[in-house]
Amino acid sequence: MFDSLADRLGGVLTRLTRRGALSESDVAAAMREVRVALLEADVALPVVKDFIDKVSLEAVGEKVIKSVTPGQMVVKIVHDQLVAMLGGENVSGGIDFGAQPPVPVLMVGLQGSGKTTTTAKIANRLQLKDRKKVLMVSLDTYRPAAQQQLAILGGQVGVVSLPIIEGQKPLDIAKRGINEAKLGGFDVVIFDTAGRTTVDDDMMTEVAALRDLIKPHETLLVTDAMIGQDSVATATAFHNTVGLTGIVLTRVDSDARGGAALSMRAVTGQPIKYIGLGEKVDAIDVFQPARIAGRILGMGDVVSLVERATENIKQEDAEKLAARMMEGKFDLDDMLSQIRQVQKMGDLKGLMGMIPGLGAAAKQMAASKIDDGAVKRQEAIILSMTPKERRNPDLIKASRKQRIANGSGTGVSDVNKLLKQHQDMSTMMKRMKKMGGIGALSAMMGKGLPGMMPGMRGPGGPPMGRR
Amino acid sequence: MTSDSDAPKTGWFGRLKAGLARSSARLVGGIGDLFTKKKLDEETLQQLEELLITSDIGSATASRLVQDLAKARFGKDISGDEVRATFAAEIAKVLEPVARPLSIDPGKKPFVILMVGVNGAGKTTTIGKLAQLYKEQNLTCALAAGDTFRAAAVEQLKVWGSRTGSPVISRDAGSDAASLAFEALMESRKRGDNVLLIDTAGRLHNKDNLMSELQKIVRVIKKIDETAPHATLLVLDSTIGQNAHAQVETFKQMIGVTGLVLTKLDGTAKGGVVVALAEKFGLPIHFIGVGESAQDLRPFTSHSFARSLMGLEPQ
Repeated sequence: MFDSLADRLGGVLTRLTRRGALSESDVAAAMREVRVALLEADVALPVVKDFIDKVSLEAVGEKVIKSVTPGQMVVKIVHDQLVAMLGGENVSGGIDFGAQPPVPVLMVGLQGSGKTTTTAKIANRLQLKDRKKVLMVSLDTYRPAAQQQLAILGGQVGVVSLPIIEGQKPLDIAKRGINEAKLGGFDVVIFDTAGRTTVDDDMMTEVAALRDLIKPHETLLVTDAMIGQDSVATATAFHNTVGLTGIVLTRVDSDARGGAALSMRAVTGQPIKYIGLGEKVDAIDVFQPARIAGRILGMGDVVSLVERATENIKQEDAEKLAARMMEGKFDLDDMLSQIRQVQKMGDLKGLMGMIPGLGAAAKQMAASKIDDGAVKRQEAIILSMTPKERRNPDLIKASRKQRIANGSGTGVSDVNKLLKQHQDMSTMMKRMKKMGGIGALSAMMGKGLPGMMPGMRGPGGPPMGRR
Repeated sequence: MTSDSDAPKTGWFGRLKAGLARSSARLVGGIGDLFTKKKLDEETLQQLEELLITSDIGSATASRLVQDLAKARFGKDISGDEVRATFAAEIAKVLEPVARPLSIDPGKKPFVILMVGVNGAGKTTTIGKLAQLYKEQNLTCALAAGDTFRAAAVEQLKVWGSRTGSPVISRDAGSDAASLAFEALMESRKRGDNVLLIDTAGRLHNKDNLMSELQKIVRVIKKIDETAPHATLLVLDSTIGQNAHAQVETFKQMIGVTGLVLTKLDGTAKGGVVVALAEKFGLPIHFIGVGESAQDLRPFTSHSFARSLMGLEPQ
């Protein structure tokens, strides 16, 4: 879901990283773009402002000017700030069990945010992964068949739900639930509540009364990842009324930009404990701030990418290759050298994903069917060619193909495939050079990386990944 | 139900406004503060743009509105009320062409309405409210429980059926939604209902397989009546942010949405995104939901919506 924000910020920062050194106005310009991007990603305005202030403060001034690669520094600051806003490096541990069992958990939220489904998902997870005995209690007496919904879900996943007594009021059901949880020796009891708008005084009073009765150890706000600017008002109101201990973000498998994750975390100070990732009952996961921040930026692993790149790529090889690419040349020797570098770096698609603004290129890569598993064989095929053949692939006709296939222990069709791939790649690179977006990459990485994405340091043109 | 219909008819604007008042409080308060004794300058304009953005109106629309204002008034003194009136008029202008009621063709028996949307948007509740509305207009109405996926969705619709006295065509959970829709239309046609409301399971627009399932429902319906569904309504939750664009675009492209319903406007959400949607897609907004009871489904009126959004009385 975070891809769009990633593209946007990727584009913004790509432009920024093209500059050699950063002035105050450079940062200001970049931050204006970042602000619009975040707003369009549905991050709430106050949160955006806070974010911009912090990042600008760090980005402008000595710290950046003195650093070797200013663009890289800003990327890192933005990234770190995002991670910090999303909850720091720690992965949320989910529900906290540090209380006298049965540990009461209260689920609250707006209508249609996904409370009931999430209740069942969490219950299922606790039962399977944490080996807890879980009781589910629906306190939603308002929406027709809401209680049945939870009961049916419970039946599907084998989690006990409190038997429904028609006409019973939420407070009475809660009492019965607490009792049953104690008597039945349950470890956790999860109370699902009716959806409510935060300005409905009666309903907010009710949920406060439920909170007072249940005395939840965890109170989780369930919220739709597609929510817009209202995320702040909603989170604040629920937090003030019942005191949240965590947030569950649902429908993270949508393509929403997901600014709510940032907003709600920021205004409540509470961690995002789980994310919902689909309609199946096991489609739930704990929230990993670093990973999500990375996705937001589309460069999350830029830090580790840089580390891996400098570790693995021989500087002079890379520079030599880059120089050739600049001249628009890409022969089979270059392909071999690239294949070897890629092998050292790991998964190719993963790499593409690490590079800001390369979403589109990654898709092209996929389209040209570059397969990690076949890399070894490709290497062997090229090694079975003469130097002359590698420099001039057009020489390779039928009998040469047969020889190369025999030499590499493959078939003629494999050789054809490789030649086709080489063709595709060089075409793609020419196209990308025209589009000119990857210059930023080389600029950002200093001269450390051009070998990996050779020939893409085209001048001018719009940055890639901008929509 | 009876209390629903007893509700004063004049009260609906009050309801709308009460709902929207909360939405607009912050926006309006903000604009009021901005313009108490100020000349219109760059900084003010920028803040104004941000305030509009907080209504989920979208940055492009916000930017255009602010630029229009800047052209007319830059450097002049302007009061908060003037700004509101200007913006309300601008917003109303954008919304005017899309504020169109859903008219039921009496020649169609039944007039088939397909309800679609992402999970939790309010499809089933809206169907319940529509059934109530048509009942009050003395139209016979049948409900097809096409959400065969979500647990208890069928039961939920059945409750609405009995509340409104409408027959509900259903099958067991997990059965094929398209064949249920087919049967429902056959049955409804035989009975000669005025309206058939088909519920569907909520689905994210980026799930290709679920979107093709929806296409199949439409295909199957067309086998009985080539002109059906006569209305395909996309239900949007007003808390939604900019993802609404992607939703409308995809649903429209995949199954030809004919109109929108904006739900849950009684909360703090502003629903401002419909202004941008109106500009971009021009799809009619037939109804808004401003509460949980049956009379809280209302026709969408551009002028009232725009003025309420800006915290102004209707003129």
